[in-house]
Amino acid sequence: MSAPLLQLENVSIRFGGLTAVSDLDFQIGLGELVGLIGPNGAGKTTAFNLITGVYQPTGGNILFDGKSIVGRRPYRITAGGIARTFQNIRLFPSLTVFDNVRAVFHLHLRGDVRHALWRGQGYHAEEAAIAGRALELLELFHLEHCRDEPAKSLPYGDQRRLEIVRALATQPKLLLLDEPAAGMNATEKAELARLIRFIRDKFQIAILLVEHDMPLVMQICERIAVLDYGIKIAEGTPPEIRGNAKVIAAYLGDDAMAAPRASAAD
Amino acid sequence: MNFRHAKTVLLGALAACLMVSLFAGRINGYWLNNFYDIGIGMIMAVSLNLINGYTGQFSLGHAGFMAVGAYTAAMITNQFGPLNFFAANGIFAGALFAGGLAAAGAGLLVGIPTLRLRGDYLAIVTLGFGEIIRVILQNMNAVGGARGLSVMHGWTNFFWTFGLAAVTIYVVASLVNSTYGRGFIAVQDDEVAAEAIGINTTKYKVTAFVVGAFFAGIAGGLYAHSKQFLTPGGFGFLQSITFVVMVILGGMGNTIGVILAAVLLTLLPEGLRLLADLEHLPGLAAKHPLGWIGGTRMIIYSLLLIVLMLTRPQGLFSFKKGRSG
Repeated sequence: MSAPLLQLENVSIRFGGLTAVSDLDFQIGLGELVGLIGPNGAGKTTAFNLITGVYQPTGGNILFDGKSIVGRRPYRITAGGIARTFQNIRLFPSLTVFDNVRAVFHLHLRGDVRHALWRGQGYHAEEAAIAGRALELLELFHLEHCRDEPAKSLPYGDQRRLEIVRALATQPKLLLLDEPAAGMNATEKAELARLIRFIRDKFQIAILLVEHDMPLVMQICERIAVLDYGIKIAEGTPPEIRGNAKVIAAYLGDDAMAAPRASAAD
Repeated sequence: MNFRHAKTVLLGALAACLMVSLFAGRINGYWLNNFYDIGIGMIMAVSLNLINGYTGQFSLGHAGFMAVGAYTAAMITNQFGPLNFFAANGIFAGALFAGGLAAAGAGLLVGIPTLRLRGDYLAIVTLGFGEIIRVILQNMNAVGGARGLSVMHGWTNFFWTFGLAAVTIYVVASLVNSTYGRGFIAVQDDEVAAEAIGINTTKYKVTAFVVGAFFAGIAGGLYAHSKQFLTPGGFGFLQSITFVVMVILGGMGNTIGVILAAVLLTLLPEGLRLLADLEHLPGLAAKHPLGWIGGTRMIIYSLLLIVLMLTRPQGLFSFKKGRSG
């Protein structure tokens, strides 16, 4: 088996006396679609922030592409191939939809600031190429019609999609989606499920999905890890997770398991 | 805006400045002096706009950078006696550049430790920095201390003032209207999101401070060689506020608006002075009918600012819904 794309080895983080994530072992392979679930406060978003460098682990190691990324600044982790979206959408509100995507391409610029100041042939050619690629991405996700609107004026669902487009423009190998279905209705969720699969197939990248919405995760993920109080309590395929006693207990409380037994004894 | 021909426009502007400069002898001294103030105000406001307007950092120390540039350039040119035309302009260009570099160094010095601060906190630190510069200059005997420093050469002319204003505008506008420069606006909009798309926010913030300070230093050099007398008090907190007002009045992150605001705010006190000096108004018998403006000039100026801010909070010259880069 080839080395996994992302590997968390005994990763822990403590905030004062609270251990938010404890000894987390977890892997994502190339092109895999993995779900990370757990009740409120289980440490899902914390795990996310550890991977993206927002928090530094107090123990353990995180490897991406075989190299440790612990201690790297978030922008360097993004440049290395991990892109993310946020639980509460974080676009650049005053920039237009088009510029939100174009801003990302500075990652792939050949020229530096002197290029921008001199404005020679090479500069204009590169800017044109960037505009073309940004537009291509917007078209792929049906956002080209509002390219000149400020991002803040977009409806909620479009903002979510734009955030995903912006993340994809960094040309990641791994895309982290933090509760993309939050605040969506059933139709929008179905659309989102289709979108996530489409992204994986079209861009051939691995996706880690942190989500509350169980049906969505069960429907699209190939493998699911479950966190509870910062500890991984289960990992497996959707059917395995659905039948896992620990997972049911975590989500519904121990009584849910105890109650049927009590009634059987009657 | 189309920036495809930006370089051509810049060259045209420089040529125009040179032409006007050749005929500057026909402009009376009072107006020429006002023009210099306008050009210097433009450089200050446009460069501060890169820090405050585009990158979203709140600097209250821009006059401090100006002071560094002014004193550096003046100390250099004061080493020389009378020079012929070419030597004078050559030395002057070098001195302005050196003043810019010294100010940029100061910008780096302020930029790095203030990176962990934002908003009000950053404003207070930059304010403190500006005051430190003023106090240091006040106590440095080598530059005249509180008595001030005489600048021997009045080398500032129309060409250097507006030519360098054009260069400042070109550099700031080219920076923010490029893929590289969209990062500045991204940092202002959302720092966390900017990091998440791979923008080194530290580098962008320091760059904004260094570039902004560089041009403030150049403006300082122009100021020194137009007034020919520098006092540390001339670069105080109030001076910094004036430039911040230009940026806010013009509309944060709107270069054209900020240029117009610099013109307006420089001319407004002078315009009011002219009104006060009018001997007659058509239809009025009294002499100096607007003489009362003389004493209340600065109050009127302040009231006008309040009215402008109340009626156009998004910036006097800001009409766009969103920004396009």
